[in-house]
Amino acid sequence: MRAGLSFRHGVHPPEHKELTAGVPVRRMPYPNEIVLPLRQHTGKPARPLVKPGDRVERADKIGEADGFVSVPIHASSAGTVKEIGLWPHPDGSMAEAIRITVDAFSPQIPRPRIIPHWEGLTPDQVVKAVQRAGVVGLGGAAFPTHVKLLPPDDVAVDTLIVNGAECEPYLTTDHRVMTEYPERVQFGIRIMMHTLGVERAIIGVEKNKPDAIEALRKTLPDDLDLTLQGLTVKYPQGYEKMLIHALTGRDVPPGKLPMHVGVVVQNVASLACIAEVFETGLPLIERVVTATGPGLRKPSNLIVPVGAKIRDVLEFCGGLSDEATEIVFGGPMMGGSQPDVDAPIIKSTTGIVVLTKKESRPRRTYPCIKCGHCLDACPVFLNPSLLGILAQAGRFEEMEEADLATCMLCGCCSYVCPSNIPLSQMFALAKAGAQRRKQQAA
Amino acid sequence: MSETSHVGDLQLQLRASPHLKAPDSTPKIMWNVVGSLVPVIAAATWFFGPSALLVLASAAAGAVLTERAFGQAGSLADGSAAITGLLLGLTLPPGVPLWIAFVGGAFGIGFGKLVFGGLGQNVFNPALLGRAFLQAAFPAAMTTWPAATTEWAQLRGDNFAFPFTTPSVDAVTEATPLGLIKFESTSTNPWSLMIGATGGSLGETAGLLILVCGGYLAVRNYLNWRIPVSIFLTVAAFSGLLFALDSTRFASPLFALFSGGLILGAMYMATDMVTSPVTNAGAWIFGIGIGFLVILIRTWGGLPEGVMYAILLMNALVPFINRATQPTPYGSPGRTAKRAAREAEA
Repeated sequence: MRAGLSFRHGVHPPEHKELTAGVPVRRMPYPNEIVLPLRQHTGKPARPLVKPGDRVERADKIGEADGFVSVPIHASSAGTVKEIGLWPHPDGSMAEAIRITVDAFSPQIPRPRIIPHWEGLTPDQVVKAVQRAGVVGLGGAAFPTHVKLLPPDDVAVDTLIVNGAECEPYLTTDHRVMTEYPERVQFGIRIMMHTLGVERAIIGVEKNKPDAIEALRKTLPDDLDLTLQGLTVKYPQGYEKMLIHALTGRDVPPGKLPMHVGVVVQNVASLACIAEVFETGLPLIERVVTATGPGLRKPSNLIVPVGAKIRDVLEFCGGLSDEATEIVFGGPMMGGSQPDVDAPIIKSTTGIVVLTKKESRPRRTYPCIKCGHCLDACPVFLNPSLLGILAQAGRFEEMEEADLATCMLCGCCSYVCPSNIPLSQMFALAKAGAQRRKQQAA
Repeated sequence: MSETSHVGDLQLQLRASPHLKAPDSTPKIMWNVVGSLVPVIAAATWFFGPSALLVLASAAAGAVLTERAFGQAGSLADGSAAITGLLLGLTLPPGVPLWIAFVGGAFGIGFGKLVFGGLGQNVFNPALLGRAFLQAAFPAAMTTWPAATTEWAQLRGDNFAFPFTTPSVDAVTEATPLGLIKFESTSTNPWSLMIGATGGSLGETAGLLILVCGGYLAVRNYLNWRIPVSIFLTVAAFSGLLFALDSTRFASPLFALFSGGLILGAMYMATDMVTSPVTNAGAWIFGIGIGFLVILIRTWGGLPEGVMYAILLMNALVPFINRATQPTPYGSPGRTAKRAAREAEA
């Protein structure tokens, strides 16, 4: 393996992965109630197929995909539909969700189903099977996976990039998946390469996961053009654009998708999930979640049924310590604070990080001193200092001229800012405003 | 599960991402700069006796009290006013009357910073603006240089002169090395410039020590190393060219580097974050401009020293430099074209 590849700029936050990096994945028991929001993916929410009082078995479809960029929702446990209504969603809003009272004594056996044999299937059939199983990107963005498997005819994809970077501090979800289920990841890669019709695949793993790299290397298949590449440990190495740049040297033009530069990126956990569809026939109803942070008593890597509440997971991990102040969904660089411990784990939840006073103490904001540290951190070469000054002055149109659209909201600028200016937060608001103005103009 | 209720009772905090923060903060940077000046102040005291401490304290008091009186509440804690006062003090002659040092500090903060809106808003380096004001208002006091050979405990001039009176000049004075070369074409041994055994302002001496202290800030990324490096390279190249043309009329590059306030100006004043370019490409342009102007003023201008005006002039150009050196965003046509050109070359 060659030296670690990377991109320019970026930041080095403390990793804190030691809390769970060596902790094997174990299965969390079923909670008393499961809450399944109909919107767990990018695209249109699913349409409910059940009504209160219905009995469901584990893995039964309870919500139907609404269009191509949508996926169905499946019951993650046997039980009885209690209610369909608004429930706290991990994005902070109230959203339509199906609540299921879990059977107290259930073997949790799914109904008999046909396990498709992928080799006989056409790409279209594979795509359908993946959509039927409700598979979405498990790296955090929750983009329906089958859409990426079917590039339009006018783009030529030549490379599959497998994202095992996991650059967010604290999280060890992908790390454990690669270490414990390397064959499943390789099987997912095989299916994906077959469906996309690509000859070449590259797995990118940050070098702080030597055991994952070793596990993948031992199981590398001989008959595929599959390269394993170590990456420099740096945030945001796992962002699609940064990863593509590091592994292929290609840059995605603004407003375009990776497939327009001949690349499809898939997260390792998503690939393992595709593999599972063709191994067991089961849809996406559970996932590996890292529950960690200085405010949690027993940091763990868990297989959690989708729809389990934050409260259940935290309780299973020994509860919170006295210093706990904040619960973050996903990694601490990009994730959102949770206002409600009754919000459920959804398909895109990579981890729960419990932070303490030490991390979340309020910090005084100072004026911008033009130190330029944000310019040195920005992985997409923007001028966050200028954008921040424009944002504070309310000059939003000028922010768009200063390439606000290129900003990925990775948070590097806010992380380094010595004046504690909430740059990425202001950019997120400005982006939302730009979106609204566009809609009003249309 | 005794902790069950604990999860429910928790008062959760909501914050925008990122939830982690690098340890650096603006006050930390500023107080590090102050801290890094301590050895320089000690050296000034070693060379110029109690006068050095008195002048530095007066300039700092002028700056800090003005910030306290007219600045935003709590703005003293960020440390920037203290830096302005100390840096101004280091540019003053050791024998300057203390009230003049005080006025300089007050002017620098008041008219150099607060009228622009306080920290981060000013165009010109406040310490140098204060010095420029003193240079214009009190030219005699600002150019009286005591000899470095006086007894340590003795004052280096009439430090305690009453405001608006003519100071009684009873100290032994001498010309600075830059004055010597400009008006008498006498060069000083660069080695004595480096270790500080010459006359001049408080911070004009001991160039090597200032380099080490500034180097500490550069290593901690509290100053942009590109600025001093480009200044030094430009000064060395430009003065080297002149020296090669006529070594009797022009100073040697080593003399040019270590004489006057060049080291202090390049390490501490040109690198003021607020008044220097925000881009790295801009930092190179800024530094090259300063280096060029310093030699230009020293060689053909009316004054023996040009660091102050060189930095102030380049301060005025910073907005233009910033605009001309904006980074090229990821994925934009400009960046793609650059890469294509690189690959075609390779």
